[in-house]
Amino acid sequence: MRGPRRTRGLAVGLAAALASTTLAACSAASGSKPEIIWYTNPDNGGQAALAKACSTSRYTITTQTLPQDATQQRVQLARRLNAHDSSIDLMSLDPAYTAELANAGYLATIPAALQASLKAQSFKGAVDASSWNGKLAVAPFWSNTQVLWYHKSVAQKAGLDMSQPVTWAQIIDAAAKTGTKVAVQANKYEGYVVLINALVMGAGGEIVSDLTKGVDAKIDIDSAAGRAAAAVVQKLAHSAATPPDLSIAQEGQSESTFASASGGFLTNWTYIYSAHSKAMGDDLGYARYPETVAGKTSRPPYGGIGIGVSKYSHHVALDMAAVKCLTSPTSQGKYAVAEGNMPASAAGYAYPALQKAYPADLLKLFQQSVTDAGPRPATPYWSDISGALQSTWHPPASVNQGTPAASAAFISDVLHGRSLL
Amino acid sequence: MTTTVATAATRRERPAATDRAVAENRLGLKLVAPAVIVMLVVTAWPMIQALYLSLYRYRLTTPDDRAFVGLRNYGTILTDSLFWRDTFNTVVIMLVSVAVELVVGFVFAMVMHRVIFARGIIRTSILIPYGIITVVSAFAWQFAFSLNNGFVNSWFAWLPGIQTGADATNWFGHHWPAMFAIIVSEIWKTTPFMSLLLLAGLSQVSEDMIEAAQVDGATWWQRLWKVILPNMRAAIMVAVLFRALDAFRIFDNIYVMTRGAQNTESSSFLTYRQVIEQFQLGLGSALSVLLFLTVLLLAFGIVKLFRVDLARARGEG
Repeated sequence: MRGPRRTRGLAVGLAAALASTTLAACSAASGSKPEIIWYTNPDNGGQAALAKACSTSRYTITTQTLPQDATQQRVQLARRLNAHDSSIDLMSLDPAYTAELANAGYLATIPAALQASLKAQSFKGAVDASSWNGKLAVAPFWSNTQVLWYHKSVAQKAGLDMSQPVTWAQIIDAAAKTGTKVAVQANKYEGYVVLINALVMGAGGEIVSDLTKGVDAKIDIDSAAGRAAAAVVQKLAHSAATPPDLSIAQEGQSESTFASASGGFLTNWTYIYSAHSKAMGDDLGYARYPETVAGKTSRPPYGGIGIGVSKYSHHVALDMAAVKCLTSPTSQGKYAVAEGNMPASAAGYAYPALQKAYPADLLKLFQQSVTDAGPRPATPYWSDISGALQSTWHPPASVNQGTPAASAAFISDVLHGRSLL
Repeated sequence: MTTTVATAATRRERPAATDRAVAENRLGLKLVAPAVIVMLVVTAWPMIQALYLSLYRYRLTTPDDRAFVGLRNYGTILTDSLFWRDTFNTVVIMLVSVAVELVVGFVFAMVMHRVIFARGIIRTSILIPYGIITVVSAFAWQFAFSLNNGFVNSWFAWLPGIQTGADATNWFGHHWPAMFAIIVSEIWKTTPFMSLLLLAGLSQVSEDMIEAAQVDGATWWQRLWKVILPNMRAAIMVAVLFRALDAFRIFDNIYVMTRGAQNTESSSFLTYRQVIEQFQLGLGSALSVLLFLTVLLLAFGIVKLFRVDLARARGEG
């Protein structure tokens, strides 16, 4: 008899304890400040620091980290938003996927007043990349762009005048001549499409246009510009300047090649300066993104992050207030100093600590590159277009003058559901 | 004819069930009902849902574009070269890995069966790879084949075609070398499983039969081919069946090592990409239905190939 009685007593006690804890939690939740959960792309703590700085007496902003890969970030966010997950309030979105999530109706509309102030402060390239159907879908937070990084000693040895615009052919030849490598991102992933898009736009063309037509958008890659882009990839893949890991190189691998003894030239995002300026010292050179065709101004890649607000959040108004603080020029400046990812606004660049941390000519180069950038097409079907390009342009050694035509046909088949991707 | 009559006679002679037996049957049904319901919810419902979705053009992020398309998704898949290329990759991985594992696994099983000293240590050492999570082993092999810090290039630099230094061999840069790396990691990981299943079969072969063959003057090869292997047929079939189905579903190694680059995708990787990455619920569901049917067909084919009576193998005959 003693056993069961003791068990029953224990059960009653546990139930009482559980009930009191739950009640305490409920009362605490109802009385405490709302928590705004911001899903961020991985960084070294810069976004978490901003979240802390922008928390007020009305709400607390906390961060959760998304996967490293932009494609995986899209997958996680889209699936959870589709399930109306209210635990996502804010999210750091890659510009490539803003249109898709906005078109699917997952993002809350940004109030007109906030739209106006964000548009007024941001670069045009940042506004374009953050818009869908003529309205800002996300708040421009930081604007990344690629420049040409190089070893000054290598350029000098090759006799290359880096004060003038250089072409891809010139840097490939210079690297081959000096026994060094041209490092780019050419793994089968979004980063490779960033390169292809920049090459095509640099030759005056586009991958797709007429984007409002959705799956019936005009596919333009089978053009002289597309073939000029293919010629650059072909030359690079078959040159002595090709790094052995070209076909699997992402940002990190290309950065390692550039920093190694065989490093010559690298196209990569703005954070390269903060990562390598100490180790390389005066040898680290930077110039505008190379030209696809000699004499035709290059269109550097545009990247960055916009902050979106989930339609399924329980406190959208507070989220918008948080977004205003997180994307203020001061926050953008602070973030640029901390992480090396540059502001989406001219006012952000004016942040004194940022002016001090970077050479003035480099900050000018970044701003000019963002202004002249060639963003990837903003369409809800970008992931299909990007995937089709990856399938037809990878590995780089397989690219030839027939590749643009093959990719145009494949993109069309994929968009119309006639082909698997 | 005789058999039919005998069966009918047996049926006729069977006594009517007592009330107690009926009640027990009813209770039995009630007891298993929750499990049956859970099974239906967990396995049958997703399968029915996949079958239903496969008849639609349906993409998660464009819900307004959803439409009934009948069997068109199946038509698209079966006429697509990508599907056949990935199926070919899967079959190659399955055939090579199962063949190598069968031979190596059998050798390991013989070692584990016959070893007389340090039996525990030897058995444990052979089984270790199977205890490692597939994703972890895939990463380990990816690092091993890496052209920057992997040991494969430096250890095997004496072989023609393998280079180190600035022009190091990029195993994941081309189709067949990447497939080779994937298959090696698959074999390393699952050979112990194969050897474990074969060991079970080996221990069931009667020592008396082997001794009798030895007394009759049979050589080691003759004993192996005429006595041991024929008596292990059911165990070999189970090992091949399990591993073939397992290899056909290969996903983790490819995901970690190449992400499908250099045309190294398998059928399940293609399905994953359609459903999870492309949000193509219709096409992806059709692919998963096709994958399910292929696995069924494969299982049926292997059972037929070995001509093993499963009921007899279980000792019910």
